[in-house]
Amino acid sequence: MDQSHIRNFSIIAHIDHGKSTLADRILELTEAVSAREMREQVLDSMELERERGITIKAQAVRVSWRGHELNLIDTPGHVDFTYEVSRSLQACEGALLVVDAAQGIEAQTLANAYLAIENGLEIVPVANKIDLPAADPVGTAVEVADLLGDDPTHVLRISAKTGDGIAEVLDAIVERVPPPGGDLESPARALVFDSSYDQYRGVVAFVRVVDGSFSTREALRTMATDTRFDAEELGFFSPAMTPVERLAAGEVGYVVTGLKDVSRLRVGDTLTSVRQPAEEALPGYKDVKPMVFAGLFPTDSDDYPELRDALERLKLNDAALMYEAETSQALGFGFRCGFLGLLHMEIVRERLEREFDLDLLVTAPNVAYRVLEKNGDWLEVHNPSDFPREVEEVEEPYVTASIIVPKEHVGAVMELNNDRRGTFGRLEYLSPERVHLVHELPLAEIVLDYYDQLKSRTRGYASFDYDLAGFKPGDLARVDVLVGGEPVDALSLIVHRSLAYDRGRALVEKLREEIPRQMFDIPIQAAIGSRVISRETVKAKRKDVLAKCYGGDISRKRKLLEKQKAGKKRMKQVGAVEVPQEAFLAVLNIGQGQKS
Amino acid sequence: MSVRHLYVHLPFCAHRCGYCDFVTATGRDHMHGAYVDALLRELAEEHDSGAVDTIFLGGGTPTYTALPELLRLLRALPPADELTVEANPETVSPELARELRSAGVNRVSLGAQTFQPHLLRVLERRATPRDVERAFGHLREAGFDNLSLDLIYGIPGQTPEHLAADLERAVALGPEHISAYELEAKPGTRFTIAHGRELERQAEQMEDYFERVVTALTAAGYRWYETANFCRDGKRAEHNLAYWLGRDYLGIGVGAVSTLGSERRRNTPKIAQYLQGDYDREIELLDDDTRSRERVMLGLRLDEPLAVDGLRSALDADGLAHAERLGLAVDRGETLALTRRGRFLGGGVTAEILA
Repeated sequence: MDQSHIRNFSIIAHIDHGKSTLADRILELTEAVSAREMREQVLDSMELERERGITIKAQAVRVSWRGHELNLIDTPGHVDFTYEVSRSLQACEGALLVVDAAQGIEAQTLANAYLAIENGLEIVPVANKIDLPAADPVGTAVEVADLLGDDPTHVLRISAKTGDGIAEVLDAIVERVPPPGGDLESPARALVFDSSYDQYRGVVAFVRVVDGSFSTREALRTMATDTRFDAEELGFFSPAMTPVERLAAGEVGYVVTGLKDVSRLRVGDTLTSVRQPAEEALPGYKDVKPMVFAGLFPTDSDDYPELRDALERLKLNDAALMYEAETSQALGFGFRCGFLGLLHMEIVRERLEREFDLDLLVTAPNVAYRVLEKNGDWLEVHNPSDFPREVEEVEEPYVTASIIVPKEHVGAVMELNNDRRGTFGRLEYLSPERVHLVHELPLAEIVLDYYDQLKSRTRGYASFDYDLAGFKPGDLARVDVLVGGEPVDALSLIVHRSLAYDRGRALVEKLREEIPRQMFDIPIQAAIGSRVISRETVKAKRKDVLAKCYGGDISRKRKLLEKQKAGKKRMKQVGAVEVPQEAFLAVLNIGQGQKS
Repeated sequence: MSVRHLYVHLPFCAHRCGYCDFVTATGRDHMHGAYVDALLRELAEEHDSGAVDTIFLGGGTPTYTALPELLRLLRALPPADELTVEANPETVSPELARELRSAGVNRVSLGAQTFQPHLLRVLERRATPRDVERAFGHLREAGFDNLSLDLIYGIPGQTPEHLAADLERAVALGPEHISAYELEAKPGTRFTIAHGRELERQAEQMEDYFERVVTALTAAGYRWYETANFCRDGKRAEHNLAYWLGRDYLGIGVGAVSTLGSERRRNTPKIAQYLQGDYDREIELLDDDTRSRERVMLGLRLDEPLAVDGLRSALDADGLAHAERLGLAVDRGETLALTRRGRFLGGGVTAEILA
């Protein structure tokens, strides 16, 4: 098809604002799938995505509408995947900005809309769910139009649920979104906007061809990482994989690469032909680096090899996941894993537990620190137990947090951000009722329970997004937890000095509740260096006897003791102290849920 | 087969107390005769009628058994150096005391439990504190010079003052032997359902009751010779001592357990089945290692050091060293003993020490 009849677009929407339903209706109306065949929400392929209502991996579907070829490129819906979103948007010329007419714009939508505008996309605003009694299509249209500097009458009013207005949406795409540019005669260039791993076919790249064309079996290479392979198959999704001989400038499709490792084909890289290579790569490639780290340990140490295999397999599909072996004296053998953000961490953890049936113990997450050592060397630290006890200077990552709330909750958000060492940036009214707040916050302050706190302090009304904003110096200290005088590596944490006392005390109190009383007093301490900042004691038991023991009791008592003995063997040994794994689990959980 | 220690189980009771987890039977008074017949039959099958060291009649409430039947049983038993009968205070009349004595019984274990009327009600015991003292008097008058009192502590609602008063009254009666048990609230029993929450609430307060018992009784001149047992004048419960020393014993009656060499077995707990001579025994084979571990487990309950000879393989050297470092056990090479504090923590220490 010639380029003038191609339209490439994506859908920007907040979770639950109806993106998937709209995508389904589009597929239905264009007869890409019959209603009968269609599982609901075809684009979200992973079980996990369905349950969480989010989309992890972008995909692209080609449909026909009134003589045009429309490529719907799905974008991940979350802040952790901003980079992937930006690549997906770069593959499009337009975007549907879908806003729930009963809810208004949310922070995430705003962030992605700005991203789309920055990428020069034509925005087609859509107010969805107009069938809801609580819907305010007019108010929503005004809010959206204000944001875009557009006319409220340009905001389409639809109900993806009832199918009302879907044809108009497709017409608007054809009319308003420009066709792709790109030179068919230039050396071939394609943007890799996503990839996935198929156990039989290897890595499948999702590409937008920008210049020239690619043919099946052609020798290809990536320009940033210089990975070479033959295009085993080219095609597009309809939504089933449909092979074609050629993908030309303006088109969106897939390339079966045969590669066995997804990390060799990075999102944002440029594909070109080996025989006639392009000179310049497409702009914007970044090597995304994990910013949030946590230790993953199998609950049962026998499962370590399974965990290792599972991570290897996940990594095939998730180039952003990083891991290295870690040994903790308290938790045994495991892995220190790096994630793009909290959601990414949650997804990895859930996939490991669900798809690989592993029971995991996950340590409290921490961020990457840059540490200037006494000897003048800079060090990047991913694990609190590697944090030097004496440092010259420490830098921690910051984020620019963007929060949208009804105006009556502004005070609560300000207070929370203050508690979390935030700096106020700016405040703007999106409408007379809704306010957009921007703060700068240390990433470490949002990896704990920030989002939960934000939600609970605004009665669920706040929406939140963030962007990394570089490293800044911080007055940070390493707090160690000692049980029976022995430091417990898995419980060390890096905190701002002003919070060290509270965090240390919370940990120590929780441990006191969780560690069963033993035959001796167990001091539990939190310390910065050699200075103890909090202390509790698990008092020694005063009695532990099996009361009666006569002829009829012996077997039962013996078995009881054997059970007790076996239980002891399962405990984690910290010095002389036996600590049940559940105690670590409980403490790590408060690490994630505690009030600061 | 010839064993030195014989246990005879008499399951009948007037009422089953809420906390009780023994094999008991209520409302079966017509079966006493048949039951004694069955006991004697099993005894004849299992024992050659030669003299033994000890016999213990436990229950149930052995003294609730119809007196003629009880006496018929006692007279048919082999001669023994120590013949103990368990008794509930309310069942002990001057006549019963005399008859037991003349039937060869030389030791009675009296289930006093507590001297606080309201706590007796909590335990669903039928005796009054007065009954205990009266029974004690009758037994003394009948010539018994070896009496044991059972006490229970840790009863829901029991204060330290109640406990002190119980110990004082027990000591005042001057028994040769006292058993003091912490109340065990077994999960799922009627008792635990009714009182579990109260017990949990009081758990912290009651934590030192065991120490209080030991302190009060040893101060009164009793020897704390076993975890839950105290005696005067060297009058230990010889029958029970046989258990703690890991000796073989024959148990007859419903639900009775025997340990004979490498075999431990338990008779059916069903009376009807037992009466028909169908013992339906549950058998557990004890290898040398298991018996060694039991020897350690039982031996460490006693105040006399355990002779370790031949038992090393049953010990966990690291655990033992740890227990020693904590001042809970003393390993003298040939013998092993728990310290005073080690005995209070006997269960945990034993789990630590056992391989």
